[in-house]
Amino acid sequence: MSMTTRGAAVTTEPAAPPGQPPPWWRRSQAAVRDLWIAGVLAAIVAGFSIASPYFLTRANWLNTSDTATEVLLLAVGETFVICTGGIDLSVGATLGLSGTAGAWVMAHGFPAASGAAPLAVTAGIVCALLIGCAIGALNGLLVARADIPPFVVTLGTLGIGTGLAYLLNNGQEISSIPASVAVIGNTNLGGWLPIPVAVTAVITIWCGILLARTRFGAYTLSIGDSREAAVRAGIDDRRHLLKVYLLAGLLAGVAGVLVMARLSAGSPASGANDELNAIAAVVIGGASLFGGKGTILGSVIGTGIIAVLVTGLVIINVPPFWQEVVVGAVLIIAVYFDQLRTRRRNRS
Amino acid sequence: MPARLAVRDLSKHYGGVQALRGVSLQVDAGEVLGLVGDNGAGKSTLVKTLSGAIAPSGGQILLDGEPVRFSSPAAARDAGVSIVYQDLSLADQRDVAANFFLGREILARHWLARRLGWLDTRAMAAHTRRELARLHTPIPDVHTAARDLSGGQRQALAIARAAAWTSKVLLLDEPTSALGVEQQQQVLELVRRVRDEGIAVIFISHQMPDVLAVCDRAVVLRLGSVAATLGRDQMTGENLVGYITGAKTGGTGNGTPATSASPVGGSPPGTAGQTTGTSHDDERETR
Repeated sequence: MSMTTRGAAVTTEPAAPPGQPPPWWRRSQAAVRDLWIAGVLAAIVAGFSIASPYFLTRANWLNTSDTATEVLLLAVGETFVICTGGIDLSVGATLGLSGTAGAWVMAHGFPAASGAAPLAVTAGIVCALLIGCAIGALNGLLVARADIPPFVVTLGTLGIGTGLAYLLNNGQEISSIPASVAVIGNTNLGGWLPIPVAVTAVITIWCGILLARTRFGAYTLSIGDSREAAVRAGIDDRRHLLKVYLLAGLLAGVAGVLVMARLSAGSPASGANDELNAIAAVVIGGASLFGGKGTILGSVIGTGIIAVLVTGLVIINVPPFWQEVVVGAVLIIAVYFDQLRTRRRNRS
Repeated sequence: MPARLAVRDLSKHYGGVQALRGVSLQVDAGEVLGLVGDNGAGKSTLVKTLSGAIAPSGGQILLDGEPVRFSSPAAARDAGVSIVYQDLSLADQRDVAANFFLGREILARHWLARRLGWLDTRAMAAHTRRELARLHTPIPDVHTAARDLSGGQRQALAIARAAAWTSKVLLLDEPTSALGVEQQQQVLELVRRVRDEGIAVIFISHQMPDVLAVCDRAVVLRLGSVAATLGRDQMTGENLVGYITGAKTGGTGNGTPATSASPVGGSPPGTAGQTTGTSHDDERETR
């Protein structure tokens, strides 16, 4: 028992007496980080609310949540990938390709569109999701089996996905799709909750549980933390990495369907550069690009910050080009502060 | 009773390079066997072979008298043979309990939660706390991130984890190098406790004082062969260094089974260790 007390002196949390777990808000670094970044989001929201009477309105909520939905689904998948120490640059392109391909199936797969609308819509959605899975599986196989760096693999599939999306209809939008799709994309439940936002919320909560509370999440974080340790512990790293990239692809496919439904058209340009916002959201949310660290809640808040900045700056009449400047600056500042905190902690 | 782990005439060559030339040794349950030798003597090749990381070119490995062939470290571990590496075995940002159960997580009991892979973190924390306390490991809180542990605590965690999941043989690769003096003593104490549970321990080290302190016997490798097998009474710093450097030759048996060095000091019954191991298995199954 004397050793126990000696060991206690070595740890960096002197506040907690041995045997007594620390209070929940200090239980994990991730929880501390989530609280901190949530404060930043609250401050930004407060600032815009004071600056403009139009910020806290239903119209702006719908607008902001639309923007957030598109990025959030990508960011959620990206969180898993980044937690394994990888990166997926292809999710934006996957969104565009799956939406366009889904629309193509709806428009061309069923000539007698009048009678077969529900079937055409179903087939289109399934096709979009399958394409998301296919690109995710390709990424996963190349990363896990062929050992090609994720940056290279997904940069490649980013190009392939974008190219194929434009090839599909000579670069044109596909808008001759059943009207019921637009209904899915543009119905607001209770006037405040668009269906895409509801779908995204459900998926996000499920993924939050998946990352934080299940074996899948534990493997994801462990592989990103130390792949060697995970392998030595008997975890099948290749199989798991495949699943993680597959999940990111699937979620990009879902995002593709939702964006197509909102626009009621399949546009090959949709999703372009979304991967950068998604990655920024995940990193602002506290995930480490070196892997082993990240939460879905963090990524949700990170996405919130980006979406609020995008719509808020428009409302206070800042030229739209400033959005990207501000988002970029926020990204760098967030990571810098994170490093400061980590360094201070390690020194103590 | 056959030895817990026996190696008969084991050889390994990489192309023309002979890394192991007919190595024979054995270790009993409840015994710590030191494995020493200079760099390139074949220690790591032997350990990798025993842990299933590489396949031998020739010879036999016998576990409880039965010939075994490990196709992978996982296969070796399932057979009851685990290895603790010097480093790279912990996920630094994860806490002690998560590391303890790395790759063997306990799932919640409800069938639906189980399907989802829902973790029973409370059970894992409790089990980890219990196991660490049983081996008197100097780790105060199972919610501490592994990177906030001292070097000695990290090594203790790695050893305690391997011991908890190992029923038969534990290979320790340089467990005390890179540690402070006091932490070395803690790790050695832990090795003794693991041994007393009836596990056969193979202790690979460059640190002669540690070998002398904890090992019941020692095998000296030199140029891929067993240069000497030393019993407790023959184990002195001078002897070890002499055989390692080749200044001394002709120790007990070169190539032939090292049966002459009988286990010293009435080894504890292996059955006790086995029952402990089995109860772990049961616990894992039913959870």
